Amino acid sequence: MAFLDEIQRARREKTPREKLGRMARWEARWGYAFIALWMVGFSLWYLIPMAASLVFSLFDFELTNLSAARFVGLGNWRRLLFEDPLVWQSLRVTFTFALISLPVGMVSAFFLAVLLNSKHLIAANLFRTLFYAPAMVPAVAGVLIWSGVLDPTTGWINRLIAFVFQVDAVGPNGIRWLADPVLVYVAYTLIGLWGIGNAILYNLASLQGVPTELYEAADIDGAGWWRKLTAITVPMVSPVIFYNLVLGVIALLQFFVTPYVLTGGSGFPQGQTYYYMIHFFKQAFGFLNMGYGATIAWFMFLIALGITVLLFGTAKYWVYYAAERR
Amino acid sequence: MAAPATRPSAAPVGTPASAPQRVDGMHARNAVVRAAITSLVLVILLLYLMPLGYSIATSLKSKEQVSDVNAPILPSAPERFEFEGQTYDVYRVPTDEGEQRWALITPGRNSSMFVDTENPDAGLFEWEGRWRTLTPAYRLAFQWSNYQRAYEFIDFIRLLGFTLMYAGITTIAATASAAIVAYGFARFKFPFRNVLFIVLISTIILPPQVTLVPTYAFFFQLGWVGTWLPLIVPQFFSNAYNVFLLRQYFMTIPTSMEEAARIDGAGPIRTFVSVILPQAVPALIAVSLFHFFFAWNDFFGPLIYLAGNADINPLAVGLFRFNGLYSSEPQLIQAASILTMIIPLLIFFFAQRFFMQGIVLTGDK
Repeated sequence: MAFLDEIQRARREKTPREKLGRMARWEARWGYAFIALWMVGFSLWYLIPMAASLVFSLFDFELTNLSAARFVGLGNWRRLLFEDPLVWQSLRVTFTFALISLPVGMVSAFFLAVLLNSKHLIAANLFRTLFYAPAMVPAVAGVLIWSGVLDPTTGWINRLIAFVFQVDAVGPNGIRWLADPVLVYVAYTLIGLWGIGNAILYNLASLQGVPTELYEAADIDGAGWWRKLTAITVPMVSPVIFYNLVLGVIALLQFFVTPYVLTGGSGFPQGQTYYYMIHFFKQAFGFLNMGYGATIAWFMFLIALGITVLLFGTAKYWVYYAAERR
Repeated sequence: MAAPATRPSAAPVGTPASAPQRVDGMHARNAVVRAAITSLVLVILLLYLMPLGYSIATSLKSKEQVSDVNAPILPSAPERFEFEGQTYDVYRVPTDEGEQRWALITPGRNSSMFVDTENPDAGLFEWEGRWRTLTPAYRLAFQWSNYQRAYEFIDFIRLLGFTLMYAGITTIAATASAAIVAYGFARFKFPFRNVLFIVLISTIILPPQVTLVPTYAFFFQLGWVGTWLPLIVPQFFSNAYNVFLLRQYFMTIPTSMEEAARIDGAGPIRTFVSVILPQAVPALIAVSLFHFFFAWNDFFGPLIYLAGNADINPLAVGLFRFNGLYSSEPQLIQAASILTMIIPLLIFFFAQRFFMQGIVLTGDK
């Protein structure tokens, strides 16, 4: 959906190749004039730095002592791929977490949107605003709030579990959400649920665009709630699901604030929260290892590119673009 | 994706089309369904917002209450009772006439002397039982001073000043530059327009880290690390997400008024300023809000660029450092967290119509 579709559409559209007339030249000049700001910005903040980043990855240097920079060829890349176990550990952590957090977040956003779209819901607009509100809580504040609510002794989550299930969950021997190497992923996933506000709204907007005739026809055929959901709603909303998936994967590769605020980048417990971005931050800005930092960043870019291409490749098998058929 | 984006005003986020009721008997059933769905959503919402409730409650507790496992969930203080010039702890004592609130005057091992808080004139009396098994009585008490302490310790006014400065300047810069670029993409035909537009959009998905090291090195050479400049200056060159949103909106504005302006002799700049911008106010507000919240939230940028200069940190980084220093006082951490979110939340609630429509516009086909 949205800008991802726009890429597909723009690729199909042909720009006329014939020689431009006087009016067309005038128009083109003004067009370039308006986008000039972006073209300068793109060169300054994207094109040149990306190329420079690749060049940096061939050197070993520190910012404060540029004269000591040393050309190391593919040395940084060899180190990244074969000699730095933390790269693979942090990638394993990042992808393990993504495999838990992304489906949970996307399914929650979808079902919340279905509920918020229900014609039976009273005060729907108020609910929509309130469900979006946590997305407005600044990230650091949100993480600190969750770190309190997940506290084994004083947090409300353990108290609620103890109350509802009548088990002994509170106290020093209670559930230690942030200190258990497995539960910590559940905890981080819960924290991530405060960030699904946008995904809910995208799903909601898409649900409202599903033609009601489809449901009416399904009603006549005697389809139940679940059948309508899987056969009509999910395919019709699949472009949004695709969009949330692409942005979600890219965002999770850059996952940083939650682990950094909670652990300072230590990876506690047992390296389970040592995310790829934490590794990058430590190398580039902790040890000021700029050449190796650039290598880690470029590798992240290659991974992101690979995943994006892969996802776009699978899109035609499961993403339904109604507009394409017109 | 053939249809252009609908104008937000034409696509209300509310009111799904509901079929007219045909059968009267369905009303009762419908009422049950309504109640069921609304209650379900309400329960989910309460769970979803529970951490916020925890934060507010904790921010108003005393340090003693936070560390006491047996203390009530809401902010409270142990109830005290004054009797003959002295203050005593009050306990909830189960009796035959229900639970009573008695003040413990002289504790004993198997029996203790109490006085009834409701009826102190009756004087001391003895109660058989172990007073240590009794639950202390609490009354609601709010430690508003936590907010004052958090406000002072975190140096709130200074952090707020830098945050507002950063958010204010970059919001104006980002919105204005994005509007200019978006107009170019929306209304002018030029060679390579589609290629350039694809490149622009691709930068949305590009992980910013890949450009970060050289950019940092560049600003370091300029001597800008430790100042706000590396965070502010790039925002003057427009940003892909904002350009995309504004272009989608501009394309829904009918061209007739621009043509009329052109016939009247207005140039493209004049047309942009006096015809397009006034019609795009809702989208401009949405983009401004997005950027304002982004800047308010920005943590990584200030963390690395202002690393050596804690005096000019914004709230996000200040709160992070505060957490490191005061981790033994959760009530202050929670109070400080709430302080940092009040302004964005207030703006959101007042401007949510523009904001949510803007989100829908970027997500809309």
